[in-house]
Amino acid sequence: MSDAPIYLDNNATTACDPAVVEAMLPFFTEQFGNPSSMHSFGDRVGHAIKTARAQVQALIGAEFDSEIIFNSCGTESDTTAILSALKAQPERNQIITTAVEHPAILSLCDYLEKEGYIIRRLGVDKRGRIDIDEYRSLLNDRVAIVSVMWANNESGTIFPVEAMAELARARGIMFHTDAVQAVGKVPIDLKNSCIDLLSLSGHKLHAPKGIGVLYLRRNTRFRPLLRGGHQERGRRAGTENSASIVGLGKAAELALAHLPVENGEVKRLRDKLEKSILAAVPHCFATGDVKNRLPNTSSIAFEYVEGESILLLLNKLGIAASSGSACTSGSLEPSHVMRAMGIPYTAAHGAIRFSLSRYNTEEEIDRVIAAVPPIIERLRKMSPYWGENGPLDKAFAPKYA
Amino acid sequence: MWDYTDKVRDHFFNPRNAGPLADANAVGEVGSIQCGDALRLSLKVDPESERILDASFQTFGCGSAIASSSALTEIIKGKTLDEALQISNQNIADFLDGLPPEKMHCSVMGREALQAAIANYRGEVWTDDHEEGAMVCKCFAVDSVLIENVVRANGLTTVEQVTQYTKAGGGCSSCHEGIEEILAKVCAQGGTEKIAAPDCAAPAVTVKPVTFGIPAPAAPPAHPAPVAAAEPPKLTNFQRMRRIEMVIESIRPTLKRDHGDVEIVEVDGSNVFVRLQGACVGCMMEHATLGGIEQKLSEELGERVRVLPVSMMAAARASV
Repeated sequence: MSDAPIYLDNNATTACDPAVVEAMLPFFTEQFGNPSSMHSFGDRVGHAIKTARAQVQALIGAEFDSEIIFNSCGTESDTTAILSALKAQPERNQIITTAVEHPAILSLCDYLEKEGYIIRRLGVDKRGRIDIDEYRSLLNDRVAIVSVMWANNESGTIFPVEAMAELARARGIMFHTDAVQAVGKVPIDLKNSCIDLLSLSGHKLHAPKGIGVLYLRRNTRFRPLLRGGHQERGRRAGTENSASIVGLGKAAELALAHLPVENGEVKRLRDKLEKSILAAVPHCFATGDVKNRLPNTSSIAFEYVEGESILLLLNKLGIAASSGSACTSGSLEPSHVMRAMGIPYTAAHGAIRFSLSRYNTEEEIDRVIAAVPPIIERLRKMSPYWGENGPLDKAFAPKYA
Repeated sequence: MWDYTDKVRDHFFNPRNAGPLADANAVGEVGSIQCGDALRLSLKVDPESERILDASFQTFGCGSAIASSSALTEIIKGKTLDEALQISNQNIADFLDGLPPEKMHCSVMGREALQAAIANYRGEVWTDDHEEGAMVCKCFAVDSVLIENVVRANGLTTVEQVTQYTKAGGGCSSCHEGIEEILAKVCAQGGTEKIAAPDCAAPAVTVKPVTFGIPAPAAPPAHPAPVAAAEPPKLTNFQRMRRIEMVIESIRPTLKRDHGDVEIVEVDGSNVFVRLQGACVGCMMEHATLGGIEQKLSEELGERVRVLPVSMMAAARASV
């Protein structure tokens, strides 16, 4: 059996597609011009950016290419969207979001809360789903923006953002979605939705890091985060990252072409991986809304063992995944997503996320299926919650510091 | 991925003494509510000599928790209970050639399990006084609970004071926002007690108003203007030496708490040469420790000074 590395952490970041790299290379050398310049050096770069804009437009189904604003990353898109809504509507001081957003939204909202804004965070049930009636009850004239992720990065759970955007629109409230995990994995057709702003990030869809997009629906009131130049029609100043923009354009074209693969072969491999592990390992379960989630994501909580230990042992076998455990993140608390779903500590700590891409093969998945059960067994033998053949009858109740 | 030492990796991948111990006569079970880790330490103690004949662990936790548990069992085997009680969490971390600052709590859990097991053997009830919060200062591994307690107990109002009392913020300075938040929180909760809590050995030093930067967080209703930067008075040579000595003295209690120490060897122009002692010697934080001292000295003196290890004295002089 091969021991080549297996990368199952595509929700963290993805490999650049070779075709993307190839498309980018000329823009580091002969095509170095500034697209703002009048001469031919800049002109060609300007054309390439226009093509890339159209490619991204096609992927997310935007009505106009001018609705695409290139910037540096998903976090910048999220920050720009929220701050713009507050600046453009000073009479509105509330934000509706969820408890399971990416830190790009949560940390910003925590900060804005200290500044005096009112933040409403929708909770989720044990499957990671929000309560649409609770959401409806929070909509009012003081809400500046609703920001709800399209799909959760940890569990893959998909939120009904299109329906939620419709409800917001009916009350005259802006709707933003952080779609960095969803773009390229689920079909998106913004022109037929009520979504006003959307964040996407290049490195989640086989483009390089350091490039992102904020989709801004025409006629949405907007205040730029960065001022200083006319780039992106004055909505995001700063000389264009032309090579990365071209790369993102190519990646968007490939993602659109591979949508059936993501929802076909990738989903099949994900399902096989999850089913086989759940069958082979006792006391583990899939987290999130398994019937309604990203096709590439499987989050499995292994009870009575801890995630970082699992990852270290997987890593030794060349398998890369990630964990919702506290110990991998530098904070002491387990993942806020697992906690929001009410998953107990002893399971939340052992939650492992496998996120696939179109580059994963059947052989790789078979290797992971073979590798996981012995690792869990080995760690459980060391666990104070585990007896000879299963969890201890008498619950282990340590004295907590 | 964490930057684990080879020793940590070795003890994680090949843990010593993992699993239950059939004829154990002392068991300690502790957990950290903060991170959810838990540890059961089982000992076989010889009733005659009170010597630990065998030890094993079962750990629910991350790589460094398992490695710390494994190290602990290796350290204590063959020791008497009284000898074992002398072991600090720093000893466990040192045995592993160090732990990342965020992971020091794993070694604390090991020491607590040991205390709990020995208490169990002796029929005593072990209570824990240790509480930890989220890591704020990564340079000096200081958590939010410690900072909050010290702020409250000593009536601290500025980041500089917090650095002086806890070392937090004395390194790379990127946690200053976090420290300011704690100061604001304590202030909002009705301020500080000004009574030294038994745990907080307050250095006997009067703290001047901040000489640069961060305004003191004010109590909610009143918002006084930030203290204006006062021009530091020109010191005589003697006063300057005394001031340097006072600052170093104020730092020593915090270093001693971690089994380290520092002494001044020479002051040469803007260079202050010091000798680090005890646990500070060879500590991976040595650079940050010197940086912290340097920052504080520079603030107190109102001039830029360099704090250098005594080993650099000859080189520094030769280069002049």
